[in-house]
Amino acid sequence: MILNKMLKDVEISVPIVYGNVSFWLGKKASEYQSHKWTVYVRGATNEDLGVVVKRAVFQLHSSFNNPTRVVEAPPFEVSEAGWGEFEIAITLFFHSDVSDKPLNLFHHLKLYPEDESGPMSTKKPVVVEVYDEISFPEPSEGFVARVQNNPVVTFPRLPVGFTLPPLVPVEDASRKRRGDTKDHPLSQWFLNFSEADELLQLAAARQQVQAHIAKLRRQISVIEGQHQQSKSISDQ
Amino acid sequence: MDAKDILGLPKTPLPLTQEKKPRPQKDSQRKPDGISREVYALTGGVPPLMPSVDSSQLKKRPPTDEKITWQWLPFTSSARKDSLQLYHWVRVVNGVPPTGDYSFAKYNKSVDVVKYTDEEYEKFLTDPMWTKEETDQLFDLCERYDLRFIVIADRFPSSRTVEDLKDRYYSVSRALLVARAPSPGDVSGNLLVKEPYNVSQERERKRALSMVLSQTKQQERKDAEVLAEAKKITESRMVARSAEEPELPVASNSGLENVEKAIMPADTISPSSNAHLPSATVVPSTLMADNASTLASLRLLRVYLRTYALDQMIQAASSSAGLRTIKRVEQTLQDLGINLKPRVPTKAVCAEHLELRKEILTLLNLQKQLQYKEAEGSSFRDSTYETPGTPKDRMFIPDSMSFGVSGERVGKRDQKRKAPGRLTEAPSSPAQSKRPRKLKASDL
Repeated sequence: MILNKMLKDVEISVPIVYGNVSFWLGKKASEYQSHKWTVYVRGATNEDLGVVVKRAVFQLHSSFNNPTRVVEAPPFEVSEAGWGEFEIAITLFFHSDVSDKPLNLFHHLKLYPEDESGPMSTKKPVVVEVYDEISFPEPSEGFVARVQNNPVVTFPRLPVGFTLPPLVPVEDASRKRRGDTKDHPLSQWFLNFSEADELLQLAAARQQVQAHIAKLRRQISVIEGQHQQSKSISDQ
Repeated sequence: MDAKDILGLPKTPLPLTQEKKPRPQKDSQRKPDGISREVYALTGGVPPLMPSVDSSQLKKRPPTDEKITWQWLPFTSSARKDSLQLYHWVRVVNGVPPTGDYSFAKYNKSVDVVKYTDEEYEKFLTDPMWTKEETDQLFDLCERYDLRFIVIADRFPSSRTVEDLKDRYYSVSRALLVARAPSPGDVSGNLLVKEPYNVSQERERKRALSMVLSQTKQQERKDAEVLAEAKKITESRMVARSAEEPELPVASNSGLENVEKAIMPADTISPSSNAHLPSATVVPSTLMADNASTLASLRLLRVYLRTYALDQMIQAASSSAGLRTIKRVEQTLQDLGINLKPRVPTKAVCAEHLELRKEILTLLNLQKQLQYKEAEGSSFRDSTYETPGTPKDRMFIPDSMSFGVSGERVGKRDQKRKAPGRLTEAPSSPAQSKRPRKLKASDL
């Protein structure tokens, strides 16, 4: 049963992280292949993105063979060897009940460490990751049903009285290939993204700004009062 | 030196003979080889520290072992069908004239125009609008003038438009190609077959082009206005109530056909979006309108990145602010230690970030307000008869509320304080700032 109705008041967010990990090849490096790198898109908590994303297309630099790499199943990543840094366009195509429009991400491949003075190591890679969230403001019922208990998405607090459509069991729960990246070979380098710190910072900043605003308002009213006084004096 | 030369030896300034004749007494003063003395004198008469141009590069002389003469010789060109012999000057080296075809013969390219037999004409190429004679004439002209249709149209005995001629030529060529091909699949890749000449489209295109070309300045301005209007209207269509919205002004000048085509897709989107948008979104204030329209346009996308959404909301919120204000907001954020783009852009973080930016905008506005008030206050004190000057005159007053954001000083615009922001420091006493400071030299 395909549930086609679009749910207006439910917004589904899929937190993702995309970026690259790059290892210097050290002694094995050649002129054209000095680094081994992997560019990828993963769920922010390493859950399986395949529930949402049908396929990912990575557009590499034209100097690579077959620069358009299509990845049909998670983990959505491309590994290559090279020497240059360039912008990679990643296009995410979603399942038909999720969205018929693809989404574009852009990532600048980073191979060389920020701090150029330190020695390059073959053991410690250069890692650049970006956190973002894919937002589906009006998901279809089918999509909602499919993912309602799946940790790869986040639901907002549902309004009171809202009933979710019944959970549709996912077919082929036992997939041959693992879609999640929890035990991915590169997972030890993945960065952690916690909103808590940022929220605290923002809250503190807002408090300061609000305090200053209040102070300014008081000062302005004081001055306005004084103006009134001097005006009434001069009018006499 | 020149006077001596004029009176003495009448030598030429060009160094054609200089190298050959040794001039020891001139040597000490004439340093360069290959450039004339006068030119050398322009540089100051002193040799440069480093040779700017390798003197052997200058004035390459032909190798002296070759004897060059020029002769008036006959020639033929392979580009000509007759064997006309013409004459021209030829550079002869050591008595051997150059061989080879006339050097310009290679440019004689022509187009392969198809030829049909009468039989083929009867079978495939008859057309009610064209007689065989006309078609033959057309093809003859095409061959003679290498498919230059403007010329062909001019030379064509009966008057036909360029588009008509092109149409006839291309359809005949295509029909012949298809007829002669062993199977249709073979020629399907051929451009003639893949993209046939579209007469009506060509006519329209040329008409539109000529209209655009012949637009007067007045019309150009009107068009620009209409385009801007159309853009605004499509944007406001994103908000609800498109049923009552005014019709798009139809361009009076046809050059805007493309614009109309672009607007049509927007037309088709908005009816469908209305079904989704809540009905009561009559927006009273502009800020609400900005927010609502941004949200609406985001919904239309159906899928978008949170960072993109945040950008759009920020833009909408600062739509009334100038570039300088936006920079000040960003400076303030930096002073507060907040990333301009949140590192973990979750929904909550983005909402907080947006609110913070709005609050900073309010703060900056209040600061400005305070400055104005203080300026007004001082004008009252000084003289009640003086009318207050323009705000610009009063910008000597230091910005006492800054977190490190520079106040508006005349002359110093984008000064950024290098020291860390004074976030917890108490601002300087307001009483002090009421009096306008005399402009010190250090302020400029």
